Parts: sequence; C-alpha cells; structure tokens
Amino acid sequence: MAVHSSQIYFDHAATTPMVQPAIDALTAQLLKTGNASSLHSTGRSIRKELEEARESIAKAAGCSAIDVIFTGTGTEADNLAIKGLYWLGAKAGKNIIITSTFEHHAVMDPIKWLQEHEGATVIEIPVSKTGSLDLTALQAAVTQHGAKVAFISIIHANNEIGTVQPIDQVVKIAGGIPVHSDAVQSFGKIDFNFNQLGLTAATISAHKVGGPLGVAALILKKGVNIEPVLHGGGQERDIRSGTFNAPGIIAFASAASNAMIHMQARDAKIRKLKSLLITKVLAAVPDAWVNGQSENSLPGVVNITFPGSDNEGLLLLLDMAGIACSTGSACSAGVHRPSHVLMAIGLTEDETTSSLRFSLGESNTEEEIDKLAAVIASVVEKSKSAANKKVSK
Amino acid sequence: MSGKLKVIAAMSGGVDSAVAAARAVEAGHEVIGVHLALSSNPQKYRSGARGCCTVEDSHDARRAADVIGIPFYIWDMAEQFHAGVVENFLSEYQSGRTPNPCLRCNEKIKFEAVLVRAKALGFDAVVTGHYAITKEVNGVKTLNRAVDPEKDQSYVLAVLTADQISGAIFPLGDTVKDDVRKEAQARGLFVANKPDSHDICFVPSGDNAGWLRERLGSEVGPIVDQNGKELGQHNGAYTFTIGQRRGLNLTVPTPKGEPRYVLSIEPKTNTVVVGTHEALAVNKIVGQPPIWCGPAPELNKVYKGFAQVRAHGEPLPTKYQFDGTHLIADLDQPVFGLATGQALVIYEDDRVVGSATISETF
Repeated sequence: MAVHSSQIYFDHAATTPMVQPAIDALTAQLLKTGNASSLHSTGRSIRKELEEARESIAKAAGCSAIDVIFTGTGTEADNLAIKGLYWLGAKAGKNIIITSTFEHHAVMDPIKWLQEHEGATVIEIPVSKTGSLDLTALQAAVTQHGAKVAFISIIHANNEIGTVQPIDQVVKIAGGIPVHSDAVQSFGKIDFNFNQLGLTAATISAHKVGGPLGVAALILKKGVNIEPVLHGGGQERDIRSGTFNAPGIIAFASAASNAMIHMQARDAKIRKLKSLLITKVLAAVPDAWVNGQSENSLPGVVNITFPGSDNEGLLLLLDMAGIACSTGSACSAGVHRPSHVLMAIGLTEDETTSSLRFSLGESNTEEEIDKLAAVIASVVEKSKSAANKKVSK
Repeated sequence: MSGKLKVIAAMSGGVDSAVAAARAVEAGHEVIGVHLALSSNPQKYRSGARGCCTVEDSHDARRAADVIGIPFYIWDMAEQFHAGVVENFLSEYQSGRTPNPCLRCNEKIKFEAVLVRAKALGFDAVVTGHYAITKEVNGVKTLNRAVDPEKDQSYVLAVLTADQISGAIFPLGDTVKDDVRKEAQARGLFVANKPDSHDICFVPSGDNAGWLRERLGSEVGPIVDQNGKELGQHNGAYTFTIGQRRGLNLTVPTPKGEPRYVLSIEPKTNTVVVGTHEALAVNKIVGQPPIWCGPAPELNKVYKGFAQVRAHGEPLPTKYQFDGTHLIADLDQPVFGLATGQALVIYEDDRVVGSATISETF
C-alpha cells in the first residue's frame, strides 16, 4: 500500500496504490487454475469466488449482483453503455443523446463517434462556473425533446475538478429516459448508491479504489438488453464477452469492500489534507485560484490555476523536485490538450494550460504538502517566465 | 562551457539525438530529454526516410530516454513551428524565393523557443544531435564544421547568434555517422539503424509542389525567355526553383537545342523566366539580414573566406564584406543556379563567420 518510488505522489485520481487486501486476494488467485466458465469442479470453484466478488461489489455499489457486468476498463464500460443505450433507443426512433459539457473522454468520445457515424443528435447541458450541472437547462431539453431522447449520461464526480453532480435530480428530471453515470472517480470515495439514485447504468473501475488495473464494471439494470460491443462467448449476460478475469475481479471486490469500510475515516483525513494544500499553495502563490468548489466535491481532488504559467513547465519542474501531479489529458503523441472540462466552467484556453490537478490519497501526509508549499512559488515563477516568452512569440 | 550543467536534450526519435543525449549524460551533465511535437496533427507512422514528429517518433524518443535513463517530456511547439517555419515557408515561395525550412526551425524553434524556455525553467543549455563543433576562442564559443563532411550541419546552424551558440551543445561533431550508429548499437539504442530523415518534415508525401499548390492554389501563367517571348505555361510560379531544368514542358526549343533552366520567378506577374546555363552564372551574392555566429566583421572591410550556398554544397572561395545592412560575397569563380531565399553562409576555414538570406544575385 505504498507508492513505489521516492516521489511525492499527488496523482491518485490517475491511479492509486493497491490496498493490501486486494494485493492478497490477487496474489492468492494468481496461484489458482481454472476458467470460471468451465463446467468442471476446478472451474466451478473459481466461479464461486467470482460470484461472491460480484455480490460484494453489488453491495458496495447499491445494486443487484445481476446488474454487474465486468469489463476490462472503465473506458470499455462507458463505451458499452453509451453505444448500447443509443442503439437500443435508436430502434425505437430515439436518436438524441443528452450529456454535459464536461464528461470524461471515455464518455465524450463514443458520443461524438455516434454523432459522426450513427446519426445521433447530441445536446450538451452546460455547467456552472463552480462545476455544477445546469438543471434548468436539462429540464428544458427533456421537456422539449423527451420522447426522442435515447439516454442521458452525466458524470457523477468530475475527474479533473472533483465536483459532484446531482444525479438524483437528473434521474428525476429524466422521468422514463435511461440515465447513465460515469462513477469511476466517485465509487468508493463518496456515497454512491445505484438503486437509490435510480440509475439505469453506471461505470466503476477497480484501480481507482485500490484494486488492480485492467478490471472495471458496467452496472446495468437487469432487463435492459443492450447490444454488445465485443462479440464472443457471451460470458456476461450476452452483453460482454471474454474470459472472466477472475483474479482481477476478486481483487476488485476486496478493494471495493475495503473502500466502503474505510470511507468515512478516509474522507475526513483526505479532506483535511486537501484543505491544507489549498491554504498553503494559495498563500505561496496569491494570484492562484481553485477551480470548481471544494465542498460538494471528491475528498482528494483539487484543481488550481496559476495564471501566466504553463503547465508543461510546472509539471516538469515539480517532477524534478520529486512531486507528481497532472495537467489533464494528453493525445496519443503525448501532447497536452487544453482541458475541455476547464473550458466548460469558463476558463480561457490560456488559463486551462496554466492549471494543475493535485489528487490526494491515503498515502499522503502533511509533510508532503509542506514540501509542495515550499517549492510551488519558485516553480510557478520559473514557469511564468518560460510561458511569457512562449506567448509573446 | 564546462562543468556539470543542467541541459535539455532535444530528442527527435532518431539515432543522432539519442546518442547526443547519452554522451551529454556521460559528460556529467544533468540531462532531461524533450521531444518537440511540431505538428498539431501528427502522422502516425514514418514512411521510409520521410517526415518526423510522428507518434512513432515520439515513442522512439521516449524509449531512447528510458534506455539512457533520463526523464522525458513532450513539449508542444506546434503553434510556434507553424508561425515561424511553415508560414514562412509559404510566404517565401509566394514571394518567388526558395526557403530552407530546416534553417528556420533551428533559428526559430530549437535554439530560440526551446532554448529560451529551457533557460527560463532553469536549464543552462540545449543539446542536439547536429553534426557541428563548437570551440572556445578567446572566451567566445564559435561554430565550426563537423569532422564528417558528409554529415556536417554547420550550414543549417549558421543562423544561430553567438548567444544562441553559447547555449548549444553538439556532442556529435567529432564523430562520423557510421560510428554514431555503431555507438547507438553498443548502447542498446534500438534506433541505431533507423533511416536518416530527409525532405521536409511537414510535407510527409514528399510532393513539395503538390503541397504548395494545395495551399497557394494553382494559377496558370507564362514561361518566357529572357526577351519576354512566351515559350509555354505553368500551374503556379512558386512551384519552381531557380536552376530547375526538369518539368518545364517547353515546346519551343532553343536555336542550338540547348537545355533551358529557370532563371527567375516573378510572383507579381506569375511569370517564370527561363534561359541557358550561362545565364545562371552568379558572381556576386547579396544577403540580408546578416547573423554573426561570433564577432561581427568590421564595417566595409573586405575579407577572404569561403561561401557556401547549399546544405551540402562546396565551399566557394570568396571575398566578403558587411556594408552595415547586407552581407556581400564576391565569388572567385561563378556559381550556377542560385535561388534567392537560400542561405549564404560565410566560413573562415572551418569556422562559421555568419549567414544571411540571399536577396539578390548578380
């Protein structure tokens, strides 16, 4: 349960160290043989553990075990939900998708693909400067287009700024329209209950809660029979094919249970660290500001703009000083892209490239925040002089 | 420059910059590898020796940095590259000149945007895989030819000011290319046998004329002789280069049946002027603005040296002088087919004195 380098790790929203119960579960499973789909006793014994894992994840997510469809990644689960719900709606003549302006790429890009290749019409609901969905606009869109809407997809907690969306209100406004929510960042960190929220579909992922990489789940209400994206053996309700990743799934369940047990204590500890980070960084760099809001948000995520700086330079200098953080997403060649999330809450393109995300986890300490506070002002100054030149060119 | 420095190694994903970075580490410097993303829409894969800044190149650069054991980042210089190199390339062609974009990239990107940024971030210098040698003479760092005449890149670096040269490190100048490849192999760098890049990186198809036509349009114009007599037509004057012989498609032969060459390009009238080989002879070259790679020559004083007018051209014995605005070369022997827009580089033996963009020839 440690970050395996001497670096101060403030990038827990990208991925976070595996927790010991998950490491134990994974290593124990790796020693076992058996395909969970096999009919013999070796296979059945793995299947038994896998189904127990499914039940325990269902309990953590507030859904029924049958609703849980395991996938390889959160991106796969988002694609499956979005394409599946769209094709299901399109069969009934519903070709409108309602989403927000600040979804994760794993939601935004398949929606864009449906728009470009499958004739979908997309309505993007704006968000406020503090990072909350505009429910009035959502209501208006539903009132106007309701009968033609295939589904609504709204992120539960934004991955870049951490703000939590009123999914219960979204579901209420949606009426009978299916609602999907990407809960990859929120599951295991804050209250998330699939049934209580009234969702049709949601995405969760193991490695954000201390489980292994390469395992995630689409929670999809029983009876909603969407088209698969991957065709094959039909292992998961004929909606997702592929040999069960039993070790990954069983370790995912351990991590999820562990997250539920420690949620409150973790929340209190990490929120305190976050508030300390904000206070100290803003004291060191007085013109910096926090994007979104720190109250109704994930405990560990904080996004800060350092005006006039350039986040490529900030990241490099912090990395050299032994501190890891994030600038947002990059393209396949590794080039930083201006954050659509920060643009959605009203930042200019220049401001988005002056912003960094710090995401805290269990392994962080007050001393680490002091170390960040000690270097941030000079890092920002250097980056500013590098960026000014760049801008003036 | 000596002692331990903090340096940025510009890593293209090719063998030269990888070995240069490795040598900088061995020299005791603290080295950070940086790959420059120069295109906002990078090609995914290299095709042969053509192009750079593909996803594959950035991957190769990252893997080289891993093998060398240095940190690695990607810097987005696409905007600066477009403004400083690509737009300049287009406007030079539009003005009837033939630009050298590699020179502009060294001038505006590698040793300007990157060096300035590196210095602002607290670094001392930029390391590249260029083949050139810097030597300190009386406390001033000078730019000199590499030992490998086939690879010598002092010509394309002659746009660097003395200040920029002082912030540049070229670890490969003393080595021939074959040995650099062998060294890469020995260091376990899998780019050891990657083909050299040629051509213009932002024209991945290699079809320069087609690329220009797409962006500048194609307007039919006359091809005339030196007396103004029309001999044929073309699809856009800017796709021609002075000295060019092929692709003129002329139907009227000269009385003696000699080949004809492009003598000049007149963008305002969209006219291409052709003539015989003798008419291409140039005895005097005028260029501006001059850039001095070391101390500037005295005003109006005539010096003896060598002029080079192409990246791998012969050094031409010449007299040269600076009149306050122009760098002027009086060649001992004429040179043929010299395009304006190319660089005139003056050498004193192997040392680069300075350069200027050729504006007029006589």
